Formats: sequence, structure tokens, C-alpha cells
Amino acid sequence: MANTDDAPKRTNRDDKDGDLAIVGRSVLINRPRSELFAYWRDFTNLPSFMEAVEKIQMTGEKRSVWTIRAPAGQTVELETEVTDVVDGESIAWRSVEGSQIKTEGRVTFTDAPADRGTVVSADIGYEPPAGDLGRVVAKLFAAEPNIQARHELKRFKMLMETGEIATGAYHRS
Amino acid sequence: MRALTWHGTQDVRVDTVPDPEIINPRDVILKVTSTAICGSDLHLYDGVIPGMKSGDILGHEFMGEVVEVGPKSTLMKGQRVVVPFTISCGQCFFCKNTQFSACDNSNPVAKQDASEKLYGHAMGGIFGYSHMTGGYAGGQAEYVRVPFSDVGPIVIPDGMEDEEVLFLSDILPTGWMAAENAEIEPGDTVAVWGAGPVGLFAVQSAKLMGAEQIIAIDHHPHRLELAKKFGAKTINFSETHVREALMEMTGGIGPDAVIDAVGMEAHGFAVDNVLDVVKQKLSPGADRGHALRQALLACRKGGRVSVPGVYGGMLDKWPLGAMMEKGLTIRTGQTHMQRYTKDLLHKIQEGEIDTTFLISHRLPLEEAPTGYENFHDKQNEWTKVVLKAH
Repeated sequence: MANTDDAPKRTNRDDKDGDLAIVGRSVLINRPRSELFAYWRDFTNLPSFMEAVEKIQMTGEKRSVWTIRAPAGQTVELETEVTDVVDGESIAWRSVEGSQIKTEGRVTFTDAPADRGTVVSADIGYEPPAGDLGRVVAKLFAAEPNIQARHELKRFKMLMETGEIATGAYHRS
Repeated sequence: MRALTWHGTQDVRVDTVPDPEIINPRDVILKVTSTAICGSDLHLYDGVIPGMKSGDILGHEFMGEVVEVGPKSTLMKGQRVVVPFTISCGQCFFCKNTQFSACDNSNPVAKQDASEKLYGHAMGGIFGYSHMTGGYAGGQAEYVRVPFSDVGPIVIPDGMEDEEVLFLSDILPTGWMAAENAEIEPGDTVAVWGAGPVGLFAVQSAKLMGAEQIIAIDHHPHRLELAKKFGAKTINFSETHVREALMEMTGGIGPDAVIDAVGMEAHGFAVDNVLDVVKQKLSPGADRGHALRQALLACRKGGRVSVPGVYGGMLDKWPLGAMMEKGLTIRTGQTHMQRYTKDLLHKIQEGEIDTTFLISHRLPLEEAPTGYENFHDKQNEWTKVVLKAH
């Protein structure tokens, strides 16, 4: 069936893609596209704004292991591989075969109109597992799946635009 | 340190809380020297702003001395600064457009969800004004953490007293923007609802912008006297039918511009207001819009409506027909502080604007709860309370 609108998949009323739930968001960031792309392309930068991700270690040119914070001080590891890179435009990745969590994602960088900077969009698909792992994934994607993606992107925006991530805290915990 | 904290409706206390610390690179820690109680603090005091938590430190009008600086702050220890009540990053699309109060980056991410649902977009950060605006600790305290200190605070020249410049933190720029939003032209008649601090600064600002006739509307005789001092005519709404009076004072045309400096807790016994009061008591997020409705009905055809008064939730019985049929323009918003602070500091230095006339009471921070109670209950005499934190 031909598409009757130009809206991204993540805003469709049917937001499933096969067995994957699709979440995502786009944000306007007042920085050049090349700068944002370069920061994201180095996966070891991602934990600086992804709260649930403790660290990301490169294990090959395309492969990386993500250490994700789980409840009760536990961590869960997730191995991903980069599946597609269009220089300056988009980066796609997915969990490797046999991974405990099945997920895939793509982040897209496009010039915003009128020199307003860059629109960064993330589309993330994931299969919610059950049991203990399900709790970890729930933490990773927050209770309402769109919230986490939205929060990560807004933290990315804050960091890129201002060099810091705003907090209302008034003393270090 | 000691700080004024919110614990529920009409329950504020001075508590001992941990000292604030530098958290982000652009932060400073300020030793608060003077801080004021704002009319909009009374909306928090009355429990009509959603998103408050017990123990929140209040206060968004404050100034002080820089005692600690983050590595990326442009301020220096020992400088005296006034801090705008809105927190702005200076880098996002909105800040670059000088729409500072719409800042995209000052409200912490997790705190943006409530206002995004309620308003369609997340609000910017505000000191001491609920978790919808960031849950930032306010300045009615001995010390306060000021984020994005390279953007907001304005350094005060030596020799100027705290009380001359303190109101640059909110009510003076707010009154000025209220008049600017009314798009005043020489010869205009401007009606100002509410002769509280913002209304009185709007009166002074409108005059500087060339308004010919300014009419202040209130029910507190002393506040109306203050308005008279700045050349305004007055209407006491407890004695006079406001719309009829405005028509008679303008030859039946109505004011060219109207300013609602009252906001969501309008007084009076009109039918719409009594209904609003009941609704507001039943649920936070219901506004009382009597002043605004009256202003819309009184404004002349093709006139301008400016709303500096604080509204937080929903309003019904909106005179949409009047607005459309008369072709009114409405302009609103939290103040884009950084647009105005420098120029207004000069106007204070040049003696063009009188700031200290408002202050009726000066109290030590320890007596802040008394200040709140009286500012709330005795608005005629307690026109403005300044707290001394040190």
C-alpha cells in the first residue's frame, strides 16, 4: 500500500515493525551536522548522555559491547554491530545474533531549514523480553518506551549546545 | 545553610538544608545578600501551581556575591550580581532569538515531561518555581547554585545599593516587557489591571514609552496611591464598575492597550470569578481569569492585550468572540529577562525608573514565613517584602 503521508514510522498509529516495537524522536540541535555526526560516530562518546549506558567498548571496527546499568547494581552486556553508515547523514546498528536483547536503531542527521542547525532523529526498534531481562530493558527504555529515546536525545542536545547537561540538583549526591 | 522551604498550602518554613555545590561547569555559587517575595510566589503559597514537593526551596528574585565559580563560568569571585528568575542557556534556538524564557536546555530532561504534556512544549527553567520548571532550588536561602552563570546574572557596578537593583531579577523587566507587549504608541490610553509590583512597573514603563493616559485598576487604596504617584489615573474595582468607567474615561472607545498584571488568582465577586475560585479549590491547574476576561471586553477594537500575569492551567469562558470580532492582538510570556536587564540597569542609574518606592518591609530570612503571611493577607500595606539572607 502506498504511503499516504510523509510522517515518520515512529508516529504511525501502528508503531510495530514485525516483532519489534518502534520508538524514536527528533530534536533540533543548534550545531553543525558534521560536528554532531562525528560525536555520535565515536560510540565511546554515547555514555556521556545515555544515562542507562555505563560504558561502550569497541571490540572491532564495527562491533562494540554496551554495558547497561541494571537494577540492584547489576549490569547487562549487549553486543552490537554497525550495519550502515552514510557519512555525515546516518548511522545504523543492531544487536548481534545470539544477543540477550534484540534491538536495532538508526540515527539520522539532516540540515534544519533556515540555518537553525541540525535535526537529529533516532528510530529504535526493540523486542521486549520477559523476566529479569525484561526489567533491564524496561529500565533501558523507561516505562513508556518513547520516554527514554526522547530523554537521551534531549541530553545529547544539551551537551552539544551548552557543553553540559542541566540538573536541578543543588548538592552532589 | 538556612533556607525558606515549601511544605504545603500556606505552609512555608525556614529549615536547615545542605549547602549548594558547583555541579556543572558553568555554575556559580552565590551568597545571597537580598531576596524578595514575589506576587507569583503567592501562587505557590496558595498551592495553585502544580509540581511542588515538600522541602522545595523557594525564591526567584535574588542577588548576591559570587563565592564559588565553576571552570566555565565567566563570573569572578567577589562580584555582585543580580540573577534573572528565568534560567537560560544562551545557545539554543530560542536564546539565540532572544526568547530567553523559552530556553530549551535549562529545564532538566526528566522535568520536561509534565509541561510537555500540559503545554505541548517543555518550559524553560525557573528558580524555585516547582518541578515543572526544573525543580531548581530558589534564592530565599543563604546560598544558591546558579546554572549558566555566563548568560543570566548581571554584574552590578560598585556604589549601587542592593535595593536599587534587586528588582532587575524579575518584576522590573516583567513590567517593562508587559508595556512593550502592549505595543504602546505616543498618545495611547493604557489600562493596567493590578497595581502590584509588576503593574506599577508597567505603569512607569508605559509612561516612558509615551502613553498619554494610564489607568490602574485595583482594590487596595494604598497600591492605587502608589500608581497615582507615577501619574496614573485609578479605578477601585470594589467601588466602581470597571468596564463602564473605562468607557467613560475614553469617550466610549476603550483603552488602546490593556495589561493583565493580575494573573490566575483574580479577586472580585463577579459570577465568573466565583465559579473560577470554586474550580481552583477543587483542582490545581484551574485558573481564575476574571481580570483577563474583563480586560479583553474593555479593550478597544483593534487594540492590544498584554499578559504578564502568571497563568498555569486551564481557563474556560474565554471571550473568544470578543477577541476575534474586535480584532485584538494578544501577547504573553514569561519575561525574556536578558533582553532587558542591561538597559534597565542604565535607566535606574539615570534615575528614569524608581525602584525602591515599592519596598514596604525588610525582614531577616528567619522571618520569611511572617513575610509570606502578611504579603498574602495584607496586600494594601505589604507592597513588597525584601529578605536579608546575611
